[in-house]
Amino acid sequence: MIRTRTLSRRRVLAGTGAAVASLGFPAVLRAQAQVVKIGILHPVTGALSYSGTQARHGARIRIEEINAAGGIKSLAGAKIEPIYADCESKPDVTTAEVDKLADDGAALILGPYASGLALVSTQAAAKHNMANVVDVGVVDAIVERGLTNTFRFAPGLKKVTSTALENLVKINDAAGKPAKTVFIIHEDSAFGTGMAKLLNDELPKRGFTILGTEAHGTPTRDFTNIVLKVKAADPDLVIPANYYNEYVLFVRTLVQQRVQPKAVYSILGGGASSIKFVHEFNAEAQYVMDCNHWYDPRKPASKALTQKLAAQKIDLTYEVMLNYACMQLIEDALERAASADRQKIIAALAASTLSDHIMPYGPTKFVNGNNEGAQPVNTQIRGESIEVIFPKEFATAEAVFPIPHRA
Amino acid sequence: MRRAGETRALIAAGILLAGLPLLVSSERWLGFSFLALLYALLGQSWNVLGGFGGQYSFGHAAFFGTGGYATAVLQARWGLDPWSGAALGVIMGALAGAGIGAVSFRYGLRGSYFALVTLAFAEVFRVVANSVAFTGGGVGILIPLRTDATNFQFADRRAFYYVALAFLAIAVAAAEWLTRSRFGARLVALRENEAAAQALGIDVFRVKLGAITLSAALAALAGVLYAQYFLYLDPAIAYGPAMSIAALLSPIVGGLGTVLGPLWGAVALRALGEATTELSGDAPGLNLVLYGILLVVMLRFLPEGIAGLPRRLHQALSAERHHA
Amino acid sequence: MPELSILAPAVLNGLTVGAVYALVALGLTLIYGVLHIINFAHGSLLMLALYAAFFLKVLLGVDPYLALPILATAFFFLGYALQYGVIGPASHGKEQNVLLVTLALAIIIDNLALYLWTSTTRTIDVPYGFAVVDLGIALIPVARVIAFLAALALAGLLSLFMTATDLGKAIRAVARERDGARLVGIRVEHVYAMSFGIGTACVAAAACLLLPTFYVTPQVGYAFVLVAFTTVVLGGMGSFLGALLGGLLLGVVEALSGLFLGESLGQIGIFAIFILVLLFRPTGLFGSRLA
Repeated sequence: MIRTRTLSRRRVLAGTGAAVASLGFPAVLRAQAQVVKIGILHPVTGALSYSGTQARHGARIRIEEINAAGGIKSLAGAKIEPIYADCESKPDVTTAEVDKLADDGAALILGPYASGLALVSTQAAAKHNMANVVDVGVVDAIVERGLTNTFRFAPGLKKVTSTALENLVKINDAAGKPAKTVFIIHEDSAFGTGMAKLLNDELPKRGFTILGTEAHGTPTRDFTNIVLKVKAADPDLVIPANYYNEYVLFVRTLVQQRVQPKAVYSILGGGASSIKFVHEFNAEAQYVMDCNHWYDPRKPASKALTQKLAAQKIDLTYEVMLNYACMQLIEDALERAASADRQKIIAALAASTLSDHIMPYGPTKFVNGNNEGAQPVNTQIRGESIEVIFPKEFATAEAVFPIPHRA
Repeated sequence: MRRAGETRALIAAGILLAGLPLLVSSERWLGFSFLALLYALLGQSWNVLGGFGGQYSFGHAAFFGTGGYATAVLQARWGLDPWSGAALGVIMGALAGAGIGAVSFRYGLRGSYFALVTLAFAEVFRVVANSVAFTGGGVGILIPLRTDATNFQFADRRAFYYVALAFLAIAVAAAEWLTRSRFGARLVALRENEAAAQALGIDVFRVKLGAITLSAALAALAGVLYAQYFLYLDPAIAYGPAMSIAALLSPIVGGLGTVLGPLWGAVALRALGEATTELSGDAPGLNLVLYGILLVVMLRFLPEGIAGLPRRLHQALSAERHHA
Repeated sequence: MPELSILAPAVLNGLTVGAVYALVALGLTLIYGVLHIINFAHGSLLMLALYAAFFLKVLLGVDPYLALPILATAFFFLGYALQYGVIGPASHGKEQNVLLVTLALAIIIDNLALYLWTSTTRTIDVPYGFAVVDLGIALIPVARVIAFLAALALAGLLSLFMTATDLGKAIRAVARERDGARLVGIRVEHVYAMSFGIGTACVAAAACLLLPTFYVTPQVGYAFVLVAFTTVVLGGMGSFLGALLGGLLLGVVEALSGLFLGESLGQIGIFAIFILVLLFRPTGLFGSRLA
């Protein structure tokens, strides 16, 4: 028949390949896995769009680097193919997007930045037996549900709060204990409320008196009331825990109302670890401290990332750093798994001991999905930059506390 | 004639929906179908009050969220079984509806005023839920994960789909009842002309109250379903404007005051959302721009919603015949 | 319990915050009073105007206060076009469709802004950005004082316009009795579009007055929309004086409930007022006639 004669060589090979594959030969022998698909899921629209977009940049940059350097070596140079998805800051969209990513053949998922969304995405991913590397998501419930597919790389609320408190005590003691009273301002959703509760439990145990705890919504149009209360209470220390816009408004109002605490010590503060804040409100930002996610500034890879971000005109923020580092974690897991199989990737992630990444952590160790090696660092805004002041091994500057001329 | 046609449509839709999971096996499309049914249920609840009754609520999230939170709190904090939790959730939602309705209608609120007061109530619920401990406040509430049919959590999405279908069937039955019952006739009468209805001796207050209670119960049912599927609620999800808007979108797009309108609307809108996401690639926001534009176009050409499509086609075709 | 020493500054500050609410509500009350539509796109238009003011400052160095007349005019035309060309035709006069059209418009505008300008927060740097007026008992930011005075002026201007000009009278006629107005020869669609245009121009003015002490993101409109609706209802739909006084009152209520209940729960004060006004005096402080 004419048809047989026109069978091309390619078609025959393809057909043979398919036949061989269907015999169940191992993945490595089968047509070399050309790509490993990874779902990159973040809220790039909706209320959390700024953070989601930043997060996506971090993942994208590392993926580009990995592919440029030859892809995953143990998979014969397989490139990483990112599938970008937008969870629109909504839980139902998050679940739908996880399903789509699974259907599109994603080997695992990175994201979705927000705690509430992570609770939903990890569950949805578990249905597909797919690993969900959670980039931020500080709420501890995420790693307390016994899901074996969850891997949160960054520290959670409990760890951040306890580290922040330990370091606060150290800084305060070293300066002769100028700070005794505290005022807490927090946003009123998951992370702020959780944080405030922990602080209210723990601060008194360390000898601090809490003069007030004020919650506010996101967004908040005006901070004058809160600042007036702060002014009336006259605390030594102000502790904000909120998102960027509110952080900035709050600090502006502090300045306008001439409130001058001895120090501003944020914990997961929205603006304090954002270079944007430093540039746009430089005078008001001086000496503000934060305990937040931040990279290890001494590592060459961190410096290279900083330069790349500056060149691409992307703000230097923790979302970028964490997602970049999470991609490093994923890359390492893929190399060890030597497979794009979902179950093998979960196993590889669970066994990860990676230290060669840009975050200032101990060796990776996942227990119930929580990275025990993770920790936040303390930063302080000095001049035009954000310096790391604690822990000492990662520090680029000495803490200045209290703010000069305010003791 | 028209009745028979509608009943046939109902039966056809029912068979189609019942058979869907046999044709669809991918998790993604099962999930899509489930969500379409959930939003159809929410839309149908709004339709009872807004479509049939002509009272537009901008705060249906108040009922949706109450249903969801009630079942979540009862399970998570008091260990109640989820099926009883679901029933109680519906009852509490209905009570919320009766309460808000009693206050609003007692003071004669209508039209935009009624719409705005429901919006305000939903916001009050949200602010309160955010501040009290038993809802978990801003942290939200998590229903413990334990996959088991008795626990109203199913490993197989198909099971969720059928539960949603059953719930939707209840809502559709309610709507169908409205088209056939005296109560429904009174409701439509007061929608068309409240003063005349009153003059005819209809107890407008009681009818409206009945409608909002029924509407709220169905919305709460949707809330319960949502809670069981996602296992997480926070004040923004439960009581935020997103759900209130979703509630009114599908009936208006699908056909106000029709029995199947919310279903068509929900399916169309979700499909529209999927399509626009596929078409617009990775650029943030572009998919929603497209969605909005297509929504405007849809409203321009289908002012009576999708349910009005057959009539408009018929008109267009017969007009052509006349011209030709 | 908050000390009395902060009550006075809180209330004074509340007045200035309320002035901003009034500014945003002025446009909304006109649109509602005349077209009887709840304009879901109002917040998005505010956001658009904020971006416009931002770019005028950052790219051309125009101070927001100077930009006010420019943007008000530009946005008048935008509003006119939107009503005449999009909202009117798309809704076929059905109330429920108008809702959805304005909602769809909001979605389009919000996400277009997100796509074009990303979600990075924008602020402007003006010399008076941190300046405060020292009243002894309170420190009020200069920009807020200016906004307060501008709100008074604008409300007065608009009231005058409504009573003294032909267009104003036409608008009031259409608002009161549309079909009757049509019968006497008033072009209703044109009046609708003019009203929407003026309402949008007001929103642009509000944006120029807000920008110095605030910021812009694609979602910024939402922070003000609900309060703006409350202001409109409180003051009486269609009344500029009502919007002004309603806004000021709401600012004070918000300040006080924020002081006593905390900023988060304090938001309930606004909605409580909203509900109470709707129940007991739905026509608001100044009734539903255009004042």
